[in-house]
Amino acid sequence: MSDLRQAPGRDGGPAPDLVEVRGLVKTFPQRNAWGRTTGTTRAVDGVDLSIRRGETLAVVGESGSGKSTLGRCILQMDEPTSGTVTYEGVDLTALPRARRAPYHRSMQVIFQDPFSSLNPHRTALQNVMEPLAVLAPDSDPRARAIEALAAVGIDGDAVNRRPRAFSGGQRQRIVIARAIAVRPGFVVCDEPLSALDMSIQAQVTDLLLRLQRELALTYLFISHDLSVVREIAIRTAVMNRGRIVELGPTAQVFAAPQHPYTRHLLDAALSTDPVQARRRLQRISTRPEPVGLEPDGTALAEVAPGHFVLR
Amino acid sequence: MTPAEDVLLSVDGLDVDLPGRTGGRVKVLEDVTFEVPRGRVVGIVGESGSGKTMLLRALMGILPDGAERDWRRVLLRGEDVTRTLARRRLPAAMVFQDPMTSFNPLVRIGGHLAEVAQRFQKVGRRQAQGLAREALIAVRIPDPDRVLSRYPHELSGGMRQRAMIAMALLAQPELLLADEPTTALDATIQAQILALLRTLQAERSLTVLIVTHDLGVVAAVCDDVMVMKDGRIVESGEVERVFAEPQHPYTRELLDAAPPAPAELAAPASAEEKGAGA
Amino acid sequence: MTTTGTTPNVAAVVDATTLVHRTRSFRSVSALLAVAFLVIVGAVALIAPLLPLDPTTTDLAIRWQPPSAAHWFGTDELGRDYFSRVVYGGRISLTVGILAMAAATAIGVIVGLIAGYAGGRVDDALMRFVDFLSSIPWMVLVIVASVFLKPGLWTIIFVIGVFSWMATARLVRAETLTLRERAFVRYAKYIGVRRELVMWRHVVPDAAPTIIVAATASISTAILTESALSFLGLGIQPPMASWGSLLETAQGSLQTAPYLALIPGILILLTVLSFNVLGDALRQSVSEGGAS
Repeated sequence: MSDLRQAPGRDGGPAPDLVEVRGLVKTFPQRNAWGRTTGTTRAVDGVDLSIRRGETLAVVGESGSGKSTLGRCILQMDEPTSGTVTYEGVDLTALPRARRAPYHRSMQVIFQDPFSSLNPHRTALQNVMEPLAVLAPDSDPRARAIEALAAVGIDGDAVNRRPRAFSGGQRQRIVIARAIAVRPGFVVCDEPLSALDMSIQAQVTDLLLRLQRELALTYLFISHDLSVVREIAIRTAVMNRGRIVELGPTAQVFAAPQHPYTRHLLDAALSTDPVQARRRLQRISTRPEPVGLEPDGTALAEVAPGHFVLR
Repeated sequence: MTPAEDVLLSVDGLDVDLPGRTGGRVKVLEDVTFEVPRGRVVGIVGESGSGKTMLLRALMGILPDGAERDWRRVLLRGEDVTRTLARRRLPAAMVFQDPMTSFNPLVRIGGHLAEVAQRFQKVGRRQAQGLAREALIAVRIPDPDRVLSRYPHELSGGMRQRAMIAMALLAQPELLLADEPTTALDATIQAQILALLRTLQAERSLTVLIVTHDLGVVAAVCDDVMVMKDGRIVESGEVERVFAEPQHPYTRELLDAAPPAPAELAAPASAEEKGAGA
Repeated sequence: MTTTGTTPNVAAVVDATTLVHRTRSFRSVSALLAVAFLVIVGAVALIAPLLPLDPTTTDLAIRWQPPSAAHWFGTDELGRDYFSRVVYGGRISLTVGILAMAAATAIGVIVGLIAGYAGGRVDDALMRFVDFLSSIPWMVLVIVASVFLKPGLWTIIFVIGVFSWMATARLVRAETLTLRERAFVRYAKYIGVRRELVMWRHVVPDAAPTIIVAATASISTAILTESALSFLGLGIQPPMASWGSLLETAQGSLQTAPYLALIPGILILLTVLSFNVLGDALRQSVSEGGAS
């Protein structure tokens, strides 16, 4: 198996890899209508991944690819069935649950649906204060929360309103404020733009990029939307059926996709140029059912510097 | 202006309002006027709150409780049906966004389709089942007999959407209304369903109205487009013209906000300059 | 209540004054009528000791007198002022209803929350226990309890409260199962908020509409059950009276003095109806206020 890691920092400083995932597997039991277990689904089927400090790594795939499950397993929100997740050199999977608290401060998450990500009965301020109160009680939670909300553009009296008084885009900003208030180093963004209107998506994307610069954040950006990923990610991993089929610098993966599944995905993205879009649709509708998309290679082979394909 | 016989549906001055949360009424559609030429695919595009879904519901007569609909004139195939629409529906069928909630989870697909066939084509059970099977073939489902005997939750999203389109076809509509038909589907399946809609439209001379927030869908599949904002139509016309030369500032805003498709661009430098933050 | 930013306390929602302030959410006249009725009945029952009522003095000379100016509800078989009897009976019936409801709801909510939230074996064990209790014929439970406990006010509250929480538990468990999967609940668990706090702060507020419905159904059931038990002689014992026991006593005089049965009967009906209507209105106003 090719080594995806870079060499550790030369002066023995912190390794450039913030997060390392090795052999991650997550299975779910399948139940039939009677509640009896009839088998297992392998949502994540052996994933190796390194996320470098300061980068934005995108994980793209369709529904059922396992990308969201991968994100949750890295955070230890779901317990991985097997494999290891290392953060700042510490093996999180080996830690007992009670000792993981400091890492939950460092590793935060932004979910897809702004409507169900916030408690509707509590104000924006209270929602943002919650992680501070638990993970950083000695700081001044209220002041830090107000600061975080101001950083995303919500200030003044608005912080005392409940989520239903805000639009979808604003709610997502509150969710982002909640994630950064505890000063994390690593944020998993699980489809953060999918539920937003297109014009709002651009604003939230800009916000995420600005915060990344200002707070030196590392992002794991999970998405099914390739055009967004192009804007925001340095490296992209393509997932299908629980496995990574291609991984490399975003520009390369998009310009010269090596795996048939990646090509399949790129083809399906519709452009806003009517001539192009129609030509592409024509091509898709006349070609036969695509084959060879199953991720049945055994290892990721390096085809170009930093660009890996499952073969 | 298209000649009168070529216009399937013409709506003049449609207003819809809903009861507001704190009393009073909220206008969701205001003075909406448009024409739908026969045999064309028309896209209705707008953001959330633009009223696009309400427009379809108003046409179908399935507005939420307490809604009031009012229009100056409605012409169907040139005939004035303004007053009769309260009793008689348009010859339209609707395809919804989420096929999961449009099917009764306890009834097999075959049951759903046969029911529609029996009701709209006035045939007996046996014939209805035959028609159901044909409808599934028409939507390019490879194994129609197997799908007929399945429950909705046993099918994938794409198959369910095809089944829903089949169900709509069995009502033999002249007008097919689709409310965000591919929003809940993966990109690859989305392309297939859109291609299917185009094919069906050509085969059966359907007129299709597609509501979507995705300009890519409009570009790929629609002949004409209507852009909606805050309950009004701000711009309409042929897709090539509107996309190439948008007249209304909101249309321009929408087109600007839509990111270009990934495979179109040459090697970009922007990812590196924007992304590096360490 | 909402300006302080605390989560709506379920008990506070039942506070009558707050209800009147929420009049805007009440969409129907019937809800206002229900509140008015309950307020009147409740107020009269509350201040009964301060009123010039006399439920105990017997006077065989004036028994079975129909309602008149002197005796608003007439007199009963022992010549006692029936209005006073009914008012004091109402005190008992309402007390039993509310206290039994409180007990049943409290137990049911706690069991339901724990079962739904914990899942797994805890859920299985608790639900099997609920099933077990539910499968015992209710009357058998009550009669056995009455044998071991002295019949009376507290016995009946205990019996109704302890044996009718199961329905609430099932409802709350079902709600909890759905609510615990929501993103903000999972986030709270992730950052390490204490389990009990997650339940109280993140699950209960959205389960409140269900709890309210269960609670009002509970009051209605409690009042009706108490009436039935007292009617059968297993509940409130003389000299105390409840509407149910008044009904029981009135059996003997149905021919001569039908009003003796009609009045408590109608009051039971109206009270139960009012609680149901009120519960529905409360549920609407709470779920509108909370849902995003």
